[in-house]
Amino acid sequence: MSTYIPPVRDMRFVLNELADFPSITALPGYEESTPDLVEAIMDEAGKFASEVLAPLNAQGDRQGCQCKDGVVTAADGFRDAYQLFVETGWNAMPCAVEYGGQGLPTALTAAVHETWKSANLAFMLCPMLTMGAIEALRHHASDEIKNTYLPKMVEGKWTGTMNLTEPQAGSDLSQIRAKAVPQADGTYRITGTKIFITWGEHDMAENIVHLVLARLPDAPAGVKGISLFVVPKFLVNNDGSLGARNDLICASIEHKMGIHGSPTAVMAYGEKGGATGYLVGEANKGLGYMFTMMNHARLNVGLEGVALAERAYQHALAYARERVQSVPAGDKSGVAKTLIHHADVRRMLMDMKSRTEAMRALLYWTAAQMDHAQRNPDPAMRQTAQATVDFMIPVVKGWCTESSIEIASTGIQIHGGVGFIEETGASQYMRDARITTIYEGTTGIQGNDLIGRKLAKEKSGPGATAKALRQQIKTCVEELSKDKQLYSIGKQLGVALADLETATEWMLENYDSNPQAAHAGAVPYLLLTGTVTGGWQMARAAQIAQRQINEGSADTFLQAKLETARYFAAHQLPKTMGYCTAITEGSDAVLSLDESLF
Amino acid sequence: MKILVAVKRVVDFNVKVRVKADQSGVDLANVKMSMNPFDEIAIEEAVRLKEAGIATEVVVISAGPTQCQETLRTALAIGADRAILAETDAELQPLAVAKILKAVCEKEQPQLLIMGKQAIDDDSNQTGQMAAALLGWPQATFASKLTVANGEATVIREVDGGLETIALTLPAVVTTDLRLNEPRYATLPNIMKAKKKPLDVQPVAAMGIDVAPRLKTLKVTEPPKRSGGIKVADVAALVAKLKNEAKVI
Repeated sequence: MSTYIPPVRDMRFVLNELADFPSITALPGYEESTPDLVEAIMDEAGKFASEVLAPLNAQGDRQGCQCKDGVVTAADGFRDAYQLFVETGWNAMPCAVEYGGQGLPTALTAAVHETWKSANLAFMLCPMLTMGAIEALRHHASDEIKNTYLPKMVEGKWTGTMNLTEPQAGSDLSQIRAKAVPQADGTYRITGTKIFITWGEHDMAENIVHLVLARLPDAPAGVKGISLFVVPKFLVNNDGSLGARNDLICASIEHKMGIHGSPTAVMAYGEKGGATGYLVGEANKGLGYMFTMMNHARLNVGLEGVALAERAYQHALAYARERVQSVPAGDKSGVAKTLIHHADVRRMLMDMKSRTEAMRALLYWTAAQMDHAQRNPDPAMRQTAQATVDFMIPVVKGWCTESSIEIASTGIQIHGGVGFIEETGASQYMRDARITTIYEGTTGIQGNDLIGRKLAKEKSGPGATAKALRQQIKTCVEELSKDKQLYSIGKQLGVALADLETATEWMLENYDSNPQAAHAGAVPYLLLTGTVTGGWQMARAAQIAQRQINEGSADTFLQAKLETARYFAAHQLPKTMGYCTAITEGSDAVLSLDESLF
Repeated sequence: MKILVAVKRVVDFNVKVRVKADQSGVDLANVKMSMNPFDEIAIEEAVRLKEAGIATEVVVISAGPTQCQETLRTALAIGADRAILAETDAELQPLAVAKILKAVCEKEQPQLLIMGKQAIDDDSNQTGQMAAALLGWPQATFASKLTVANGEATVIREVDGGLETIALTLPAVVTTDLRLNEPRYATLPNIMKAKKKPLDVQPVAAMGIDVAPRLKTLKVTEPPKRSGGIKVADVAALVAKLKNEAKVI
């Protein structure tokens, strides 16, 4: 079993050079995030990842969680690790200062969370859900609810969950049936069944704060009749102490393909007459409230893709350096070499490495835009940053997670036969990655969001943000075309950019007139955008690395970055032609087969 | 009572080191560096003595390049009060570090100098002993328990035959073994506070200390690969092989 080592050098490079972290430190409220603090946080968080979380990852996978009579027990070691996570104050890192958080930037949080997710994704789902619940309450709940729940949730003593899905309401939340009936005392009686509730029940914290979507008796049908409620596992007394057990129970937990360490609960509300719930914000606005946290939630799932890809790469690399097998082609010594000396294994390692680095770059860069959208003192800058974030989120979520499955699969391939054997540990990353393209909006949903709301139906004009983004990439291509050392990267990026432009124009033309054809190309368009923007970040990285080398730096990391960017340009960017053709010329082939002939 | 703790920045213990192609050393380029784990135990022990009201100030020192500041910040986050970096890009061998520690001890006048029994990079296990000799202080190496009272330190040492208990008059040098304590993880609020604690950088060049290496590294090689074992028919055959082939008995 390989140990996980946080890729701090690349993280630092991406944060500082590509995501322009100094510009974030300059934003009001983020002054404390100076380079030395960032360094210290990354170091200590990385230590927590390698020493506490990573050793439990395989254990969580093998043992999973147990559910007996409504009581869910996490895998051995998880409870203690969570305790330590809370004691060390890590849970509070990105939370608002007014509720006891440290209020650190999203870009830095992304880097830190990447290390923890790499170390143990199943474990980290618990704090991630808590974070989502905290954000929902912070933005929309009354002061009374905030004061009751937020300090404990920020500290991590209480965890949070999101209860959206029901058996008949998956991607289509208009089908939600859970009921909320107002009571004389201002509370609500909640009844209904919720499924797929991540960390919906467990033994790691003293209370669990469920956020539940339900309908009031007089609510209009569809998405406009859904309200959001806080439904705690234990009711909270006026003095803040825990009171009676609420009428909710974990009916069972799911047997899943991956993330075994994370219990996925079926939650039954109101089997004894109704669970006590408290309305968050206004009635019938619940779904809208959920959407306010969507960018952060989707960024976080995209980050899971980056994290699993990195872990799979480290695992495969360790094996490729160790396993001796055959004499490489053209090697006259006649001596068998380790796998890394064989060209095809090299290709697979470069594939994993370059894609992971491109994904990390794109994600941190997007996270940095979120910080600017939030805190930049210039309203125009805030607006531009927000538009970029809105456009990039489905791309980051969809592209990073889809890629992570392929990368983890390549990791297994490098291992050969033992990769298929569970004890090797390579397969866990692929099984864990498999959910990431599904939850928090499937790739299909991301694609539809991208070509619809974010492109053709963009409020500030159809395709406006996509165009501004292409302009930035074009500038990079022009710079590269004049650069003797990086000319070839620029050439590939230029071709890829032209494909993106062609596909975008086709999308804008066809979105209204031929919606089925446009939606048939939604996911290819998402992957195309991810490949081009990821390739752009790698090209920027190459420019910066080359400049630093030309200035005399002997840092071998920079040399590696340059070669990795070249690989991405040569092997990943050419995929854009396939995506573009599939979008502009392939929709008929998707739709023409008569349903009866399937 | 003031305690000085010496910490070293080393290759992280999780990193699988690789020998450089020219055999001049191990490859440190872009390798994760951390505090020597034995030194973490030293800083933890000092902070516990402060928390117990026995020590009043914990000062942490490191000698080496500017990046050692990161290691010192880690110590500050665990609970040290202030830090000193004796800065130099030169290769430092145990004797050089011991000389630096002597100079700092003379200035700071601590009652205890604590450090790890050895560093996981070169495994020298010499700096504490040399510093004690240069200072003329008593020393207790391989400590697995440390009690300080009435100007005296009582130390249980891990020795080959078992445990040895010794008493030392302060000031003294103590080097820590693995079982002394289990170092805590720094909390996020303390990491943020550590940033504001004083960190004094003093160039070694200005200290008037000769840090020139006394030992020369000829070459560094990977340990020999383990060759396959064999089965022997009986005890007699085993003894014969140990005697004649392995020449160990």
